[in-house]
Amino acid sequence: MTEHIDSVKTYALVLIALLGLTVATTLVAFVDLGNFSVVVALAIAVTKMLLVALFFMHVRYSTRLTKLVIFGGLMWLAILLLLTLTDFLTRGWMGVPGK
Amino acid sequence: MTTAVLQERTHYLNNGYGLKSWLLTKDHKRIAVLYFITISIFFALGGVFASLIRLELVTPAGDLVSSETYNKLFTMHGVIMVFFFLIPSVPATMGNFFLPMMIGARDLAFPKINLLSWYLLIAGGGFAIFAMMAGGVDTGWTFYTPYSTTYSNTYVIATALGIFIAGFSSILTGLNFIVTVHRMRAPGMTWFKMPLFVWANYATGVIQVLGTPVIAVTLVLVFCERVFHIGIFDPALGGDPVLFQHLFWFYSHPAVYIMVLPAMGVISELVSTFSRKPIFGYPFVAFSSVAIAVIGFLVWGHHLFVSGQSLYAGLVFSFLSYFVAIPSAIKVFNWTATLYKGSISYATPMLYAFGFIGLFTIGGLTGLFVAALGIDVHVTDTYFVIAHFHYVMVGGTVMAYLGGVHYWWPKMTGRMYPEGWAKLSALFIFVGFNLTFFPQFILGYLGMPRRYHAYPPEFQVLHVASTAGATVLAVGYILPAIYLAWSLRYGPVAGSNPWGATGLEWATPSPPPTHNFDRIPVVTHEAYDYTAVPQEVEVV
Repeated sequence: MTEHIDSVKTYALVLIALLGLTVATTLVAFVDLGNFSVVVALAIAVTKMLLVALFFMHVRYSTRLTKLVIFGGLMWLAILLLLTLTDFLTRGWMGVPGK
Repeated sequence: MTTAVLQERTHYLNNGYGLKSWLLTKDHKRIAVLYFITISIFFALGGVFASLIRLELVTPAGDLVSSETYNKLFTMHGVIMVFFFLIPSVPATMGNFFLPMMIGARDLAFPKINLLSWYLLIAGGGFAIFAMMAGGVDTGWTFYTPYSTTYSNTYVIATALGIFIAGFSSILTGLNFIVTVHRMRAPGMTWFKMPLFVWANYATGVIQVLGTPVIAVTLVLVFCERVFHIGIFDPALGGDPVLFQHLFWFYSHPAVYIMVLPAMGVISELVSTFSRKPIFGYPFVAFSSVAIAVIGFLVWGHHLFVSGQSLYAGLVFSFLSYFVAIPSAIKVFNWTATLYKGSISYATPMLYAFGFIGLFTIGGLTGLFVAALGIDVHVTDTYFVIAHFHYVMVGGTVMAYLGGVHYWWPKMTGRMYPEGWAKLSALFIFVGFNLTFFPQFILGYLGMPRRYHAYPPEFQVLHVASTAGATVLAVGYILPAIYLAWSLRYGPVAGSNPWGATGLEWATPSPPPTHNFDRIPVVTHEAYDYTAVPQEVEVV
C-alpha cells in the first residue's frame, strides 16, 4: 500500500485556511448574532476538523475501511449527543404536578 | 512416554523461565496467563467483599460493620468485580490466548501493545487497591454525582484514576482484536469460517473502542468538579447531575455487553463441541453479536427512569431496550436448536454451558421487567435489580468463564483437570448461585432496597437463604482453585485435541509452541465441520 503525500503547497494552503478560520472564530465572537453565534462557531470548528482530518491525517487518500472507522466514531458521538438531548430537550414538556 | 515428550518439546511455557521472560514477554499466550493470574486475584478480593456483605445481612440489625464500612464494602465489591474482573475476564485471558490461534495467526497484531495493556491493568488495579488500603471509597461503583464530586470524603479520585487507567487497557485489547481479525486471518479463513468466539470478541472490541473513552472523559469531568469546583454535574455550581448518569451509562450499559458477549462466544464453542454439531444458524449467531454491540449503545437511558430523566426520553429508551433482547434470544434459541439431535456429552465445560443458557435466560428476561417503565418504578434500587444483573454477570459471564477455563485448560497447560471434582464444583456453583440470588428477586419485589445493611425482620429468612447460598457458591469457587493448581503437576497429560473439537487451536500440540503454528494453516473447511477432524476422542 503506497502512501499518498500531498505537496508542500497543499499543506501550506490548509495551514493558512486553518489560521484564517481561527481568526474568523475570534472576530465572530465580537459580533452579537444571538443564538446564531453558536451555529457559526460550530460550523467553523467542523470545517477546521474536516481540513485536519482530510489533509493532515490523510483520510482523503485512506482506504474505505479507515473511512468507515472514522464515520463510525462520528456516528457514535452523534448517538451520545442525540439520545442525551431527547432527555434535555423534552424535560420541560410535562409540567410539575401541583405547580 | 507422553510425559517425556511433554518435557522435551519446547512450548510457550518452558521457553524461558526467568521472571524477565514473563514480565517482558510479547507472546499473547504468556500475556493471557499473566492476565489470568491477575484477574483471579481480583476475583478473590471482590469475593471477600461479597462475603462480608452477605455476612452482615444475616441479621436485620446493622451489627457486623458500620453503615460507612458497609457502603465501602459494596462499592469496592462492585468496582473490583466490574472493572478488574468482569471487563477483562474472557477477552483478556481466553481471547488473548485463543483468538490469534483460532484464525491461524502467530500472535496478535500488536504484541507490545498487548503487553502494555496488561501493565495498564496492573497500574489501574494498583490505584484501586491503594484507595482501599488508604480507607476505601463509598460512592457505589456508579460514582453518582453530586455525592461523588461534592460530599463523599473517601478516596474517589484514586479509585476513579484506577478505573481511568484500566479503561485504556480495555481499549487496547479491543483495538488489538479488531486489527488482528481484519489483518491476520490465515489463508482461506474468511469471515464466515471464523469460529463464533472470534466474532463475539470482535464485536466486543468494537464496544471497547467506541465506549470506553466516554467513561474516561466522564471520570476526568468528575475529577475537574471535585478538585477545581467546575460546575458540570453539581446543580449548586450550575451543573446537571443527570448529565453524569447519561455519560456514565453510555459506557456502562454497553460494558455489560463487553462482559457477556465474549462469554456468549465461549458458549457457542462449548455447545458445538459437546453436541458434535455445527452451531445452528451460524450467520445469525455471528450477526447477533454485532447487533448486540450496536443496539447496546442505544438503551442506556433505562438506568435513568426514576432519576429525573424526561418521561419522553424514558419512552424511547424503554422501546429500544426491548430490541436488544432480540439478538440475545436468537443466540439462546440457536444454541438450543444446536442441541437437537446432537451427540451430547456431559463433560464439565458443557455443564457450565447448560448453566449459562438457563441462568442467562432468567437474567435476560428479568431485564425486560426492568426495561418496562411501570415495573421499573416499583423495583428500581431494590434487590430485584441486584438479582437481575447478577444472573447476567455471574450466572452468565462467570459460568461461561469457568466453562471456558475448563474447556481450554488442557490446551493452555497440557494437563487435564480432574473431571469428578470439576463436575462437583460445577454443581456447587449452580446450586449455590441460585440459592444466593433467586431469593433476592423476591426480596426486591417485596421492597428490600439495595445498599442498606439494616432491614425489617420479615426479610430475614430470604436474606439468610441468600447468605447460605453464597457459602455454597464460595465452596464452588474455591474447589477449582485447588484442583486446577493440583492438575498443573499431577493432572493426566492431555493430547492435542482431547475433546475432538474443530478449532485451529486444537490443531497445535498442548501446550502450544511459542509461535503457535510451524506452518500457517490453510483453511478449507467451514467452522465446526466435524467431518474434517480426526476422531480419536475419549468422551468423558
